[in-house]
Amino acid sequence: MSEDQKLGFTPNEMMTIAASRALKNDDVCFVGIGAPSAACNVARLTHAPDITLIYESGTIGTAPDVLPLSIGDGELCETAVTTVAVPEMFRYWLQGGRISIGFLGAAQLDKFGNINTTVIGDYARPKTRLPGGGGAPEIATSSKEVYITMAQTKRGMVEKIDFFTSFGHGEGGGHRKRLGIDTAGPTLLITDLAIWKPNPVTKEFTVVSLHPGVSREQVQATCGWVVKFAEALDETPAPTELELKTLRDLQARTKAAHEGTAKEKAA
Amino acid sequence: MVKFLPLKEAVAENLHDGDTVAFEGFTHLIPTAAAHEAIRQGFRDLTLIRMTPDLIYDQMIGMGMAKKIIFSYVGNPGVGLLRRARDAIENGFPRSIEIEEHSHAGMANAYEAGAAGLPCAVFRGYRGAGLASVNPNIRSVTCPFTGEVLAAVPAIRPDVSFIHAQKADSKGNVLVEGIIGIQKEAVLAAKRAVVTVEEVVDSFDDLHPNLTVLPSWTVTAISVVPGGSHPSYAHGYYVRDNAAYLEWDEIAADRDRFQAWMQANVIESKAGDFAARVEHLRPAA
Repeated sequence: MSEDQKLGFTPNEMMTIAASRALKNDDVCFVGIGAPSAACNVARLTHAPDITLIYESGTIGTAPDVLPLSIGDGELCETAVTTVAVPEMFRYWLQGGRISIGFLGAAQLDKFGNINTTVIGDYARPKTRLPGGGGAPEIATSSKEVYITMAQTKRGMVEKIDFFTSFGHGEGGGHRKRLGIDTAGPTLLITDLAIWKPNPVTKEFTVVSLHPGVSREQVQATCGWVVKFAEALDETPAPTELELKTLRDLQARTKAAHEGTAKEKAA
Repeated sequence: MVKFLPLKEAVAENLHDGDTVAFEGFTHLIPTAAAHEAIRQGFRDLTLIRMTPDLIYDQMIGMGMAKKIIFSYVGNPGVGLLRRARDAIENGFPRSIEIEEHSHAGMANAYEAGAAGLPCAVFRGYRGAGLASVNPNIRSVTCPFTGEVLAAVPAIRPDVSFIHAQKADSKGNVLVEGIIGIQKEAVLAAKRAVVTVEEVVDSFDDLHPNLTVLPSWTVTAISVVPGGSHPSYAHGYYVRDNAAYLEWDEIAADRDRFQAWMQANVIESKAGDFAARVEHLRPAA
């Protein structure tokens, strides 16, 4: 019997559900695509029915029945309270200080919550050209707080990122303030193994809670920097039946919807 | 005065080698048919502007038409990377291209400045971001009232912008609805604007007064191309073909498969073929 079967849920399900729990009913959340989108919608479908979800395509207060593949799927607009133009989205709503939580994923992350989604290697001669920042550089500095979610790997969680796509706490301490950024920055990191919060002084992400069945060694083995653990280390409560059912139903609806438009008419 | 033209003529009259051109559509109303017509006509040395280059720029870059791209997200939204764009940036294949990279906020503000006739856009952005040190067009200004240092980027002023929209009326006014993205700014910022539409209706008299309508005199040419946004979508007409975006990831991964796909689906195809591509994506009546 595998570890997942024993627990009754996968590490990724635990990650999404732990991330969903961090969101409050009165949050106004700017949703990044991928893992953040699943977490935000599980929150909306469980404990935070009134949460305002905003996608950068301009859809404000959206309530999709399936997870969008892109940030601009039609259902986001059809279920939104209102849909605004993209310049308005970034000027009035994000820059205007209306967003309580910016929820981002990351390709590469360092211990101060700086994110790289731009290049692996040198910018001018990249080893791998990634999609780049999109809305993230300003989401990271204009949202009141930033939550980050990603599955742990040594390639993803690194001592030094190759490019500063989105600024977290820089070199730590008061680096944000020195650059004139007056928002809190990354305050929470949810991985498939643990929940992390920044040290109040150094701003280095520290493990505060291990997910059920996860050891300190596993967290360290999948992280490229030397991990610090809080003295009073919690165990993340396992997903409830309702949380798991909500997530699995959402993912099943999503899979059916995206495959439902299948066409294979090449040539 | 706006002209209703077949797409072939609208593209030939308004796009030229070496132009700075925007094909816009923020995941919605992407002018795919217009981009494919531009590919068939084989323009060279274009500077391509687009917030999310997406499949159509992957195709144009892969066909060697671009000398430079100005963008803020060079990915296949929700799927991953743009493999032809990567091949050009990483390996210079089929030719090397210059890149000018911004954030979405930077591009959106720059389009708005273009529409507003300003030389540059000013906003609170790029703080701590690595782009500010690799893109010389990201600079700063100091607010004369508060002393706050703000980001500045040059306005976007394309020679020509292409967008897709839902419909035009018989006078050539254009309606855009749903996720309106950057469509209005892209048209108003450009010297010339070409719009493809799903259909033409007699009049807009029964529309809600606050809908986004581009008056006919802001548009150079209109072409009626039903389905012209596929595999993107047109709100109210057909849904996004997410499976096609997933499939593109495999097609574009291989240089030969890409060329074969382009030959069959673009070069040997025509604007009139788009209607059939969205038939299965229209809501059941």
